[in-house]
Amino acid sequence: MSNTMKTLMLGWEFPPFISGGLGTACYGLTKAMSQLGMEITFVLPIADKSSYAGHLKMLNAEGHLQSGEQSKLKNVRFRTILSGLRPYIPSEKFEIFGKKMESNGADFWQSNSSASGQNYGRNICQEVHHYAEKVVEIASVEDFDIIHAHDWMTFPAAIAVADISQKPLVVHVHSTEFDRSGNNINQMVYDIERQGMHVANKIIAVSNYTKNIITSRYGVSPNKVEVVYNGVEDNGDTHSSIPAGKLDKIVLFLGRITMQKGPEYFIASAKKVLEKMNNVKFIMAGDGDMTHRMIDYAAHLGIGHKVFFTRFLRGANVDRAYQMADLFVMPSVSEPFGIAPLEAIKHNVPVLISKQSGVSEILHHALKVDFWDINQMANKIIAVLKYPLLGKLLRENGRCETAKIRWENSAAQINNIYKQMLACA
Amino acid sequence: MASVCFYFQVHQPFRLRNYTIFDTDSNYYDDHKNAQICRKVASKCYLPANSLMLELIKKYNGKFRIAYSITGVLLEQLQSYAPEVIKSFQELAATGCVEFLAETYYHSLSSLYSRSEFIEQIKAQTQIIQKLFGQTPKVFRNTELIYNNDLAALIEQIGGFDAILAEGVDRILGYRSPNFVYRPPNCKKLKLLLKNYRLSDDIAFRFSNRDWSQWPLTANKFANWVSAVNGCGNVVNLFMDYETFGEHQWEDTGIFNFLRHLPQEILKHPDNNFKTPSEVAASYDSADVVDIPYTISWADIERDLSAWLGNPIQQNAIIELYKLEEKVKSTADESIIRDWRKLQTSDHFYYMCTKWFADGDVHKYFNPYDSPYDSYINFMNVMENLNSRSFMALLEKEKPAPDIRIKSVQPRQKVLQSNNKFSISERKQR
Repeated sequence: MSNTMKTLMLGWEFPPFISGGLGTACYGLTKAMSQLGMEITFVLPIADKSSYAGHLKMLNAEGHLQSGEQSKLKNVRFRTILSGLRPYIPSEKFEIFGKKMESNGADFWQSNSSASGQNYGRNICQEVHHYAEKVVEIASVEDFDIIHAHDWMTFPAAIAVADISQKPLVVHVHSTEFDRSGNNINQMVYDIERQGMHVANKIIAVSNYTKNIITSRYGVSPNKVEVVYNGVEDNGDTHSSIPAGKLDKIVLFLGRITMQKGPEYFIASAKKVLEKMNNVKFIMAGDGDMTHRMIDYAAHLGIGHKVFFTRFLRGANVDRAYQMADLFVMPSVSEPFGIAPLEAIKHNVPVLISKQSGVSEILHHALKVDFWDINQMANKIIAVLKYPLLGKLLRENGRCETAKIRWENSAAQINNIYKQMLACA
Repeated sequence: MASVCFYFQVHQPFRLRNYTIFDTDSNYYDDHKNAQICRKVASKCYLPANSLMLELIKKYNGKFRIAYSITGVLLEQLQSYAPEVIKSFQELAATGCVEFLAETYYHSLSSLYSRSEFIEQIKAQTQIIQKLFGQTPKVFRNTELIYNNDLAALIEQIGGFDAILAEGVDRILGYRSPNFVYRPPNCKKLKLLLKNYRLSDDIAFRFSNRDWSQWPLTANKFANWVSAVNGCGNVVNLFMDYETFGEHQWEDTGIFNFLRHLPQEILKHPDNNFKTPSEVAASYDSADVVDIPYTISWADIERDLSAWLGNPIQQNAIIELYKLEEKVKSTADESIIRDWRKLQTSDHFYYMCTKWFADGDVHKYFNPYDSPYDSYINFMNVMENLNSRSFMALLEKEKPAPDIRIKSVQPRQKVLQSNNKFSISERKQR
């Protein structure tokens, strides 16, 4: 073992190619690990050459980072694999990646929650295997001490590399099939997750909430699972500039509009809030297989004129959404961690989060509800809108608390886990 | 001479039920939880501790003497949920060795917000003590030992009190010891008894702490510390929550055995004795004037008001509550006034404290809420309903003729609706 620890990291999302929290997490973690002096080779699938070029903000043609980010990621090398892989493509409309990929004939896995058999497309199996094959090729020429794989798509690759290289394997669980699909799980995905967890020398879970799922649903011993919470990027002060002439209060939902995120509970509590207050607007920022159903649902409840759907947002538009908001609500049915509320707090927005989330374990200065408790959700939304001092105190205390939730801590914890593993190996 | 002066605080609030903005009834309290806690504390603390106190008083033939302050809101709950506790306090009262102190009936912070309300609550407390225990309190202790010069002056002005209790805060006392009787400035007669917080906390907080260098605390060891006061003090004021016995310190820590042997160990020294607060005030002259211009209390390490009024939501809740005083009282509706007063109990504001929230601490004790924010939201919902009820009651009062009442049904509802957003409409009215 050399002085610098070298990690072969397997992921499938990295900015700017993100559609969910996984890319954000991989970026924050990798950057912090790099700053600790850990060397990382990050293997990443990218959609295809043309879309790769079109969205190229951080990666240059060789797959290395451009100068601005280069210094922060100086110990990170990127290896890319051409693939149609996307973790959370909304099934009904692909506004961002859609057209190009469709024209390429790629068949995406679907995230329709209603029928378990249709959760994933036909060729996901092929994609995962393709990725695994390429990773094995890359691994054969790379020098590394440890393998670190993020979520199930990379597990077959990780298992193969671990077998060939005989290096220790860490699997990092950001979400499980039970979070994404409730009890209508996809058996193939479950089997891959389970195998990855059992083959791994160590499992990192993003919360105790997730650790419980891993131990109870996947039959893993609790001793093998370490909880490492995510951090949040410190982008300096983001001032909320409330647009002039804003008359209505704004309540924000920001995330994929899928079963996992509990959008219907948001709309149902909006209905209840509007029974008591009139000057409120509800914004649903994001996209997903339940978008159309949610538009119908809001109309059905007679509050269609109060609920606004922005569809998928990115970059400056995300900031703008936060800046307009008086309250951020995350009604997730099952949220392994949940970075979005931390980002909302960074944007000076108080948050109401479901108790079924990992982030609620470390965020005290937030309002919390059970995702199904629409009455309490509405009750607490109204309280924040009605009593300005409540929102103010949540904002102030939330910011202090969030400032301590840093990727540096997560990276340092992972560094210790690596050291222990290599000492045992 | 070293006199040991024990005073025990006995209090439980009327905890609110989970009350959302969508609730419209006027049942604000969690009767089930309140009954449950009352009975639990009765069986773990009040009943066994009372019977031990009675045993000791009889055994030492009047030489063991103690004092209680039992809040009106707890006495009400005990009457409903654990009347046997009232009976056992009455047996203690009958020994003549037990003094009952005065405070605000609702364990409120009214001394800080409404002088008239404060005086009314002291009267109500005095009356219930007279009725249940046949004594007229001669010593006043304010909620959570909240104290300053002005409070002392007001208590002397109200009259009937020989002494007032306060925390022996180091930053006030400086080089002086809490083991003397003092006098507030601007007071002619009233004496000031200061809590010896080190010795009090040795029992109340540190007794079962195994990391404490003095653990285990024996009656003999404690009595030696008390005896050491001889020659440099007259009185050791041991003020603490009664729940120390059996509830904060569980029975298996040996707290009851400690108490059982304490009188014997204290009385071994010929110069020691036990006195109640009014006996202390009568026995010793004041050694000095203690000037306390700003407000102190016995809470937390800060020993100030920050446990109840330290953050903006706490202040907002209490200020809005006292703003309702005139409206509530002019309804002359007993149930509305009583509910308003029950909301004044300091515990409601304590639950909203965010000081040490993230660390998790003593504020969690019997705290029905997961977070201070939840407690604020719940409290504000109840207060809003109370406000609507007062508004309704006032409308009823103004409309005596039945024919007018029928006609006015429509407009009245409209007014009521707009009143739902009372914080906004209130401000406009003002």
